[in-house]
Amino acid sequence: MRVFQFTEQPYPDAWDKHQGSLRVNLPNKLLDPAHAADLFHRYYDEWQLADQLGIDIMVNEHHQTATCMSSACVITLAVLSRITKRARLLILGYPIANRPDPLRAAEELATIDVISRGRLEMGFVKGVPQEVPVANLNPVFQNQRFWEAHDFIIKAMTSHDEPFNWESENFHYRQVNIWPRPYQQPHPPVWSTTGSKLTAEKLGSLGYTMATLGTGYGTRPIYDAYRKGYMAAGRPPPGADRFAYLGFVAVGETEEEARRLGELVLAYPRTSGIVHPPFRNPPGFLSVQDNVRILKGEGRPRSFTKDGRVVNMRKGSVQDLIDAGVLFCGTPDQVFDQIIDFIGHCGGMGNLLMMGHAGGMSHEDTVSNLTLFGREVLPRLKAFRQPEAAAAAE
Amino acid sequence: MGAASAENLQRIKVDGVELDINEQGSGPPLLFLHPGHPLGRFAHDEPALGALAKSFRVIAPTHPGFGHADAPKWMTSVDDLAYFYLDLLNELDLNGVVLVGASFGGWIAAEIAVKSTARLSRLVLANPVGIKIGDRETRDFVDIYSIFDKEIAELAYADAAAGTPDIPNLSDETLFHMARSREATARYGWSPFLHNPKLKSRLHRIDIPTLVLYGEADRITRDGYCRAYADCIPGAQFKPMKDAGHFPHKETPDAFAQAVANFVVRKDKELVS
Repeated sequence: MRVFQFTEQPYPDAWDKHQGSLRVNLPNKLLDPAHAADLFHRYYDEWQLADQLGIDIMVNEHHQTATCMSSACVITLAVLSRITKRARLLILGYPIANRPDPLRAAEELATIDVISRGRLEMGFVKGVPQEVPVANLNPVFQNQRFWEAHDFIIKAMTSHDEPFNWESENFHYRQVNIWPRPYQQPHPPVWSTTGSKLTAEKLGSLGYTMATLGTGYGTRPIYDAYRKGYMAAGRPPPGADRFAYLGFVAVGETEEEARRLGELVLAYPRTSGIVHPPFRNPPGFLSVQDNVRILKGEGRPRSFTKDGRVVNMRKGSVQDLIDAGVLFCGTPDQVFDQIIDFIGHCGGMGNLLMMGHAGGMSHEDTVSNLTLFGREVLPRLKAFRQPEAAAAAE
Repeated sequence: MGAASAENLQRIKVDGVELDINEQGSGPPLLFLHPGHPLGRFAHDEPALGALAKSFRVIAPTHPGFGHADAPKWMTSVDDLAYFYLDLLNELDLNGVVLVGASFGGWIAAEIAVKSTARLSRLVLANPVGIKIGDRETRDFVDIYSIFDKEIAELAYADAAAGTPDIPNLSDETLFHMARSREATARYGWSPFLHNPKLKSRLHRIDIPTLVLYGEADRITRDGYCRAYADCIPGAQFKPMKDAGHFPHKETPDAFAQAVANFVVRKDKELVS
């Protein structure tokens, strides 16, 4: 099993100064560049610690937001590929449908793979709705553009003998021939995220590593859809390494200490949805049926406890989110047990994407959280034998 | 009224694309192109259609993607819609057509008229969008996708209370049309936002009598925008309308229909008796 440490490199000092929106339209005068520099250096130090502890690294990007200063994921990856030694470097993800230039994306990612000597895990995502106003590419065609960009990047990474031509609906190139080509052959492993069974089945058919976020004890049906697509392509049942889950992690020497950290790490779900509402639902992003539901004021719950109770990720307590399998929190023993239980629910889950830092969590608290996890929980997870793939697929 | 007008509905095929049209009245043919956005969604019981039908044979399609008929994959721009409607005129073999477009429909109408006026007699644009007047940092239209629906209604209507949809009391069918209309407007007009950068320089090609109606309470378009639009079309008349905002055909349907009829009869008395 692999565990990846994830933080969004937030700028929490502006979080109490918003007028209802931390994203898109929060004036950047609220950011002090000197303080941002200190924060960045600190966050990289913490990722270096993760590298030393045997924890892998996950980065992402968001735009125009105090919740995430990583606005160009390749910059984050570029720094990490030089200052870390062994960690796998997962970008989850690169919002390729929000970029006008997938050739540039292919060049960037191939270069990072080379500099890191083949440590890149290449996640492509469609991105959250509030990225749309900033990218300003038509959200109605986002899905089509995503797969076109995906096809192009893979083709660019795997074409070595002569330049090729590309003239598709969205992208036009001549003489495509990227230098350097990727270190890993045929290309870095591909990941993606989803909360939809339909997309899960498609990701399964492609055999990519699939991650879900905050799906708690409602994860299994999405994984099963992936299994269906994976096996329909003529493969044996997928192993646990095809599945990833993003959960919040807070480990303490005592339960009390862990719960104090749990409150801090939950700053992420409690703030990530603070955005001017029209930016949350760009046209064409959700289906017409979902939009009718929204007009009628009907929501769609995402996180459930084992016994089917709906938990609101933004407002739930530490205990609620532990019950929902969204937060793994407690002493090392408790956290290990919670994760193992969750893996059982999933029928195998081989990549824990651990948000072990969020919000205003201090450097000392973050170091403590990572260190305790790395020393006390990680070795046991590495030794843990995942459920049999064939049994999960039945 | 809704039930009666449903009888006017039919689904036809043009270029292999399914199209829902509402046809009523008799007289010279009039093609009515509806606006976009949930507030501008096509409604078969639109009072303006009934009012126009007193003087014209009104043909009112629901643009592909806005209602129950899907837009084909290739139909992604107002340019595509314009050629499609030119094909509709060929298909129905209509001549001397009075082409009327409101807001987003006005954009389509202008794109049609710069391509060919061979089957057209008159062009009427009501608070149209589609061209760029402002400088690079000045939007000509409110960014409807960055504000609340309630704010849009306040900017669009002279009487915002009457124009704001009463969501809890709307049918699922109407909500469906609102959601489709919101998505389809973005399909054709997300970026460049509600305009074609090329269109302004082509408006000089319009060689039929043109009337630009302007619901003067409109605050969706920038002040002076509709007047500037009219100034780009050779000989176009500009007529402000009171008690109406961005959708004069919705707020003052009778005055709207009368303005269209007057414009047609004044220019060509034998068209309307």
